[in-house]
Amino acid sequence: MNTSLNWIKDLVPDLECTDQEYMDAMTLSGTKVEQGVRLDKDLEKIVIGKVEKIEQHPDADKLVICQVNIGEEELIQIVTGAPNVFEGAKVPVVLDGGRVAGGHDGKLVDGGVKIKKGKLRGVESFGMMCSIDELGSTTEMFPNAAENGLYILPDDAPVGQSAIEYLGLDDLIVEYEVTSNRVDCFSVLGIAREAAATFDKKFVPPVITEVGNDEDVNDYIKVKVENNELCKRYVARVVKNVKFAPSPEWMQKRLRAQGIRPINNLVDITNYVMEEMGQPMHAYDLSTIAGREIIVDTAKNGQEFITLDGQTRVLDSNTLTINDAQKQVGIAGIMGGENSMITENVKDVLFEAACFDGTNIRLSSKKLGMRTDASSKFEKGLDPNLALDAMNRACQLIEELGVGEVVGGAIDIYPVKREGVNIPFEPEKYNKLLGTDIDKETMISYLEKIDLVYNSQTNEIEVPSWRQDLLCDADIAEEVVRFYGYDKIPTTLPNGQSTVGKISFKHHIEKIVKSTVEHCGFSQAMTYSFESPKVYDKLLLDENDEARKAIKIANPLGEDYSIMRTLSMNGMMTSLSTNFGRRNKDVRLYELGNVYLPKQLPITELPDEKMKLTLGMYGEGDFFDMKGFVEEIFEAVGMRKKVEYSPESNLNYLHPGRQANIIYDGKVIGYLGEVHPVVASNYAIKDRVYVAVLDMELITANASFDYKYKQIVNFPASTRDLSMVVPREILVGDIEKVFDQRGGQYLESYKLFDVYEGEQIKEGFKSVAYSLVFRGKEKNLEENDIAKAMKKILNGLEDLGIELRA
Amino acid sequence: MNEKLLEIKNNAIRQIKEASNLNALNDVRVAFLGKKGELTAVLKSMKEVKPEDRPKVGQMVNEARKQIENILEETKIKLENEALNHKLQAEVIDVTLPAKKKKTGHSHPNTLVQNEVERIFTGMGYEVVEGPEIEEDYYNFEALNIPANHPAKDEQDTFYINDKILLRTQTSPVQVRVMEKQKLPIRMIAPGRVFRADEVDATHSPSFHQIEGMVIDKNVTFSDLKGTLTKFVRQMFGKDTKVKFRPHHFPFTEPSAEMDISCFKCGGKGCRFCKGEGWIEILGCGMVHPKVLKMSGIDPNEYQGFAFGVGLERITLLKYEIDDMRLLYENDDRFLNQF
Repeated sequence: MNTSLNWIKDLVPDLECTDQEYMDAMTLSGTKVEQGVRLDKDLEKIVIGKVEKIEQHPDADKLVICQVNIGEEELIQIVTGAPNVFEGAKVPVVLDGGRVAGGHDGKLVDGGVKIKKGKLRGVESFGMMCSIDELGSTTEMFPNAAENGLYILPDDAPVGQSAIEYLGLDDLIVEYEVTSNRVDCFSVLGIAREAAATFDKKFVPPVITEVGNDEDVNDYIKVKVENNELCKRYVARVVKNVKFAPSPEWMQKRLRAQGIRPINNLVDITNYVMEEMGQPMHAYDLSTIAGREIIVDTAKNGQEFITLDGQTRVLDSNTLTINDAQKQVGIAGIMGGENSMITENVKDVLFEAACFDGTNIRLSSKKLGMRTDASSKFEKGLDPNLALDAMNRACQLIEELGVGEVVGGAIDIYPVKREGVNIPFEPEKYNKLLGTDIDKETMISYLEKIDLVYNSQTNEIEVPSWRQDLLCDADIAEEVVRFYGYDKIPTTLPNGQSTVGKISFKHHIEKIVKSTVEHCGFSQAMTYSFESPKVYDKLLLDENDEARKAIKIANPLGEDYSIMRTLSMNGMMTSLSTNFGRRNKDVRLYELGNVYLPKQLPITELPDEKMKLTLGMYGEGDFFDMKGFVEEIFEAVGMRKKVEYSPESNLNYLHPGRQANIIYDGKVIGYLGEVHPVVASNYAIKDRVYVAVLDMELITANASFDYKYKQIVNFPASTRDLSMVVPREILVGDIEKVFDQRGGQYLESYKLFDVYEGEQIKEGFKSVAYSLVFRGKEKNLEENDIAKAMKKILNGLEDLGIELRA
Repeated sequence: MNEKLLEIKNNAIRQIKEASNLNALNDVRVAFLGKKGELTAVLKSMKEVKPEDRPKVGQMVNEARKQIENILEETKIKLENEALNHKLQAEVIDVTLPAKKKKTGHSHPNTLVQNEVERIFTGMGYEVVEGPEIEEDYYNFEALNIPANHPAKDEQDTFYINDKILLRTQTSPVQVRVMEKQKLPIRMIAPGRVFRADEVDATHSPSFHQIEGMVIDKNVTFSDLKGTLTKFVRQMFGKDTKVKFRPHHFPFTEPSAEMDISCFKCGGKGCRFCKGEGWIEILGCGMVHPKVLKMSGIDPNEYQGFAFGVGLERITLLKYEIDDMRLLYENDDRFLNQF
């Protein structure tokens, strides 16, 4: 919403403040000012001048020398090349040392263009005569200004006076952010009422009088409303013998300041009333209304209609329409029809001021893709009580401006009158909510400034019908405190029952995991939760892979953001790819983020959101480094059981021979591996990429910090080295299982120190060597104790086809 | 005899003083005190001394020995110190040679800000809670006093899965989920990911983060809201931060406010950073709407409370002077390593 400050000052005549004071105070009382732009910010020393005499420039065919009267004793000399200059013309003249907003080409220059006296082809010139573009506006806004050349002002323009004021450019255009609850503030009157209350000055709205001749409107038109839900009120009046003319300068000034192009008196009046009161109006050519009857009803599905912009629109049964006895003539609240529009030849006009259901208008305008000035007002849910006032205001202006003859009476279909509500006045409650100590009388004085009347008989606040947002104590408390001043509310801290600040165990584990992986060199990435279904092809997933069963967004920003990810892999690969493409070396990233697993498709209940820790790296480090990072995480969160790895993970996006499920306490808790070279290349990474993905839910479930001290044993340890020849397909994990199962109580630890394949080892076998450490907890071990344990281990190894190396 | 001993002793002391290192010193010790040493030889020749003179001579020898030993010991310590000093001098390194550093990773700047916010609020007795990112329309809108067809629904450009399920547009639904559990009083913050249908550009992202906060108790007031948030921003942005509360409208709070803080770059004078205003809009807040309390089963006549919502990225961008929001989701190593 924009308003001209001059217009506000007309309605609040005692308002005296600077532009900045106005904007600051309005913001603090709840009408937030987004910005204020002065129309004359780049205009200076511009007066109305009259060209008294023109002579040809001696040395330039296209230039003339003008003697210009600027209201002072002496004429000033100005050289111009403007084609439309003539003796007697009144024009805006920028004097020596002044500024204009733009150049001849109509382009605005930030800070304006300084004008100085100078010589043009040897002839002195003491200023410049201006076009409308140079004044920072357009011929659209000033239809009477010449397209090319000087802005020739009307003959009655007062010579010597400021042209800036004369043209209404001495104004501040204030842009407000009006919140959706304040429908009343989408009008100049609404803003002016707030301004008056804010500055505690008198609000003087225009006095609306009902005008009209002796005739009866009912003799001209009938109105039937078939749907009172969607059309809460319909007011119609008729104006005869319309005579088009430009609207008066005062009205054009107001409209221009509001950013509206003046067109003619009739259109300007409807626009003026829409700005002033916030009520859209529509005018029909009465002669086109068949049967002299208006019927308001919903359309039929598929009904076609040509709006006044010449476009064919297809409607449905939720669209409210305006019809005559034979045909549709408008889409209610959105746009009128081509068939009934006002043309130059119109004689009699039917005026409509209605109140349509805001939600219906909003949905229809969205569906039709037509958001018009009218619909954007209606969709906020107007006060139906506004319609008749606005209609009468328009007719009053019609008469005042001599546009036509207003027919007496109004048709007003208004079955359920909206009344203002009464809310009990509860000052203690307001103070208790606000933490303030404002006295009752002060509260009442604030409320009455915005026409909320205190009824001392009933002890109620009478809320006017345009404040449909005020319903309960909290609402009234806000109205009070807006004018009391938020800054005057004390600053305290809650003093109720004390509570313990805490984070969940899950959150705690996440923090430990973050710091652990960061210590391992991984930086935290964040990627989007939605992605393209195409990523599953990039990741080589089978057509029927479970991961393809993703939740679809009904209205995505595009295919690239259309499904909720079921895997974290694409985000990681994309981020690594970005880094690789930018030649960043040895990159390690991690992400903690959700994947979204539907319980069914299409979903009928909320899906499982599973948080995954995803590690990804290229450059330095290999599979076993990644494995080490995984185990560091486990150790950091107290997962002290043995981690197992099984190569049966079968993930298409990983290298078939370099991937494993990570198994903890018998459960798959994640996976790791080298990214399949084809996938890496799909992401344009020309290096080996390693990833690990862990399920945070399972990590959290297994995390524990319940450690118990174990006695440190001082008996000496005995070490036995075991050198084996092992069939190639046997995993060292299988050998370690034998150690774990058969090692007995004295086997303290074991360590792999060599794996070798090649010469000296027979085909199909590999050499594996471990060093085993034995130690007694309660005694010094004897050779026999160790020998027994070794025997059991060797038997177990033999079962796997493992031989001791000779 | 006496003269002989004196001569031996003087000889020994001279040689000790001449010894330039520990080995030489040891040689001196052996030459005088060793089994075949000169002084030992004197003792061995004791049998040639008259028996009545023996104790006296023995005493003299022992005294000479003691004196030599003392000087030997002193000299040994001195030489050892010299040797150590020599070694240390030889081992001087250039301490300005580069550090041997393992490359450590870095938290995302959003996480750093979130940690800071969590630290401040847990310190004030708030619990950090979470809620689902794919949410029911009821929790995201209806229970927050945004009924079907409310214009605020349009303003938020919601991503829908179907009529009932959507990607949450705000962290406020977590408030409702916490209130429904009915454990009063409540002091919570809920950080999390939210989604709105905004095209990606320097200041917009379809996915970003908010931190919601709420306090419900019997006598919580708007002044408590002001006090709490003032304390928060002063811890977050510095103790001289000035605050300004402006009336605003949110469907789920009444009265509502937006909070501005004095620009932490220019201190309020106005700069490029705050677009010359001196103030930076930082969060929205208000007293929880009685309808919202009622819908969650809390009696608004008994309890009242406040709520606020902060855009995490907004603070991140401001705090670290990051001028393009896209950087937060590109995950360029050179960007992340700066935090």
